[in-house]
Amino acid sequence: MTIAAKFEIEYLQYLDAEGKQVRDDLPEFAKDLDHMVELYKLMLSTRVFDAKSIALQRTGKLGTYASCLGHEAAHVGIGSAMKPEDVLAVSYREYGAQLYRGVRPREVYMYWGGDERGNDYQQEPARHDFAWSVPIATQCLHAAGSALAFKIRGEKRVAVCTIGDGGSSKGDFYGAINIAGAQNLPLVAVIVNNQWAISVPRKIQSGAPTLAQKGIAAGLYCIQVDGNDIIAVRKAMEDALDRARNGKGGSVIEAVTYRLGDHTTADDARRYRGEAEVKEGWAKEPMKRLRNWLVAKKAWDDARELAWKAECDEWMDNEVNAYLETRTQPVSAMFDYIFAEIPADLAKQRDHVLSLENKAH
Amino acid sequence: MAQITLIEAVTQALAYEMKHDDSVVVLGEDVGLNGGVFRATQGLQEKFGELRVLDTPLDETTIAGVTVGLAVQGMKPVAEAQFEGFIYPMMEQIACHAARMRSRTRGRLTVPAVFRAPWGGGIRAPEHHSEANEHLFTNIPGLRVVMPSSPARAYGLLLAAIRDPDPVMFFEPKRIYRQYKEEVPDDGEALPLDVCFVLRDGTDVTLVTWGAQVKETLEAADALAAEGISAEVIDVATLTPLDFDTIAESVQKTGRCVIVHEAPRTAGFGAEIAARVAEECLYDLLAPVERVTGFDTHIPLFRLEMKYLPSVERVVDAARRTLAAS
Repeated sequence: MTIAAKFEIEYLQYLDAEGKQVRDDLPEFAKDLDHMVELYKLMLSTRVFDAKSIALQRTGKLGTYASCLGHEAAHVGIGSAMKPEDVLAVSYREYGAQLYRGVRPREVYMYWGGDERGNDYQQEPARHDFAWSVPIATQCLHAAGSALAFKIRGEKRVAVCTIGDGGSSKGDFYGAINIAGAQNLPLVAVIVNNQWAISVPRKIQSGAPTLAQKGIAAGLYCIQVDGNDIIAVRKAMEDALDRARNGKGGSVIEAVTYRLGDHTTADDARRYRGEAEVKEGWAKEPMKRLRNWLVAKKAWDDARELAWKAECDEWMDNEVNAYLETRTQPVSAMFDYIFAEIPADLAKQRDHVLSLENKAH
Repeated sequence: MAQITLIEAVTQALAYEMKHDDSVVVLGEDVGLNGGVFRATQGLQEKFGELRVLDTPLDETTIAGVTVGLAVQGMKPVAEAQFEGFIYPMMEQIACHAARMRSRTRGRLTVPAVFRAPWGGGIRAPEHHSEANEHLFTNIPGLRVVMPSSPARAYGLLLAAIRDPDPVMFFEPKRIYRQYKEEVPDDGEALPLDVCFVLRDGTDVTLVTWGAQVKETLEAADALAAEGISAEVIDVATLTPLDFDTIAESVQKTGRCVIVHEAPRTAGFGAEIAARVAEECLYDLLAPVERVTGFDTHIPLFRLEMKYLPSVERVVDAARRTLAAS
């Protein structure tokens, strides 16, 4: 028998669930303990932010919110590997990556608090990133289109999209990696496989033993990593970004993690998954292993943990206050951004609504 | 100056804008060496290269989503759906992203893209190659829906569509792609995207139409003239945002309104125009508004398709009824 083609998927992990280093060949960035502490601090602030968001929702100060609990290593790993000039296209829970790139917590609160201005990220480089994309997997094609623009213009930039295990079932994901392979585009697609698409488990999404291998069909570089190990995520991202930036094409990274919380605050995961599984998820969660590793290297301790948590609490309180103090947009705002210039016909509708407002006041 | 057809005017506009604006790119299935199945992009790849005239994988969702990405990065993509019947997989990207990116981000990100599609029936094509579905897009906020009906309007409106800072659906009535030629100077002059075109002045009845039906409607106006009836003909080439003022002015003058379109009748764009006439011109009307449209059926395969498309006779009959009413 002749073999037409043969493939394998590498699995990458540096830190096990307890923080024991399982490989000696640490990447350069991980040898810089100050930098690793910075990454840990952002993971921790992401977790504090997330808890604050849920508290806001539970007290009626936020609408439905999609938690990122348990995804901190994957998300911060993605965001921290990117260069400012790269472009990020997320779905809707990748706050760790977005905070790294300058999205402010108050903007997240505004979006989930029912105000489009939350998508108007004020700080670079997030300012040129895509906004949250609720229709599943559609953002993958926006990243592919961005990568095509970079290629056409000869810019050394990379477009990164993130997607869930469920999202990797959708045609938009396949379309994006397919054209990335066909046109050798600088695209990095990261499947953040958290095992659950609302109530549907990973095994029902696909019969493929890994989701990373989907990229093989598209001709991309593919790797599966421990998505709770930030060193592994960051290393795979750096390699993929480097390849893309230097004309070597796109990649698919599968970051295997676990959704510790509900899908959103409107969901109750107890309806479809057992406690034992969640307990196992907590045993592998990403904060503990990095903390243990840093503590063992004397780069972190309980006092610093408490101090940083207190700083995060203060930061989030400020952000929450900034959000709560934001006045609702004027009613005209719903008309003002439909076109660059409001057409006469639409202006009539706006003026009618404004006249009703004036009567009410 | 050369006389050109509607499809040649499309090519001429694309070539002009690609030459003068490096950010304009064309993408779709078979748009490259083959020049598109109707030859709309003929010769463009030779002139502008394989990246700016890009043959995509055969997936309409990919074409639409990549178009959104290109546009957000400051390119001006002109995407082609090979036929309007294949546009459905594009609709999620168009409705959920192209049309609402500006609003979602309060103006931070925008999608200056054009989605072109050969539109409508009457060319004896296979199933799914003859649809009239512009009404599915006219109800989406944030989109412009444009349909030229002459070579000159195809050229000027396509230039305007590409230069517009927002997404434009550009439906090309394929039945009249090569119906006739006219002189279209290649001067880069765009037409406005927010006015209807009054093609013929009249005093007795207003005939409102767009796309390929402009042909039958003008012929109907000729037939009515032979009977001593003076019909005004309006081409609503820019469906949304709608320039209703031009229609209202005409109906206020004639007191009669016949709307002609190829798409199915119920909730077709004619229903919107009829509603606006009722809202704004009721007391000017001398007769009920008439609609001459495709039926609430699928356009039949081609042995029967001419029975589906509005004919000159149906338009003339409807106009006569409005005159008989008062």
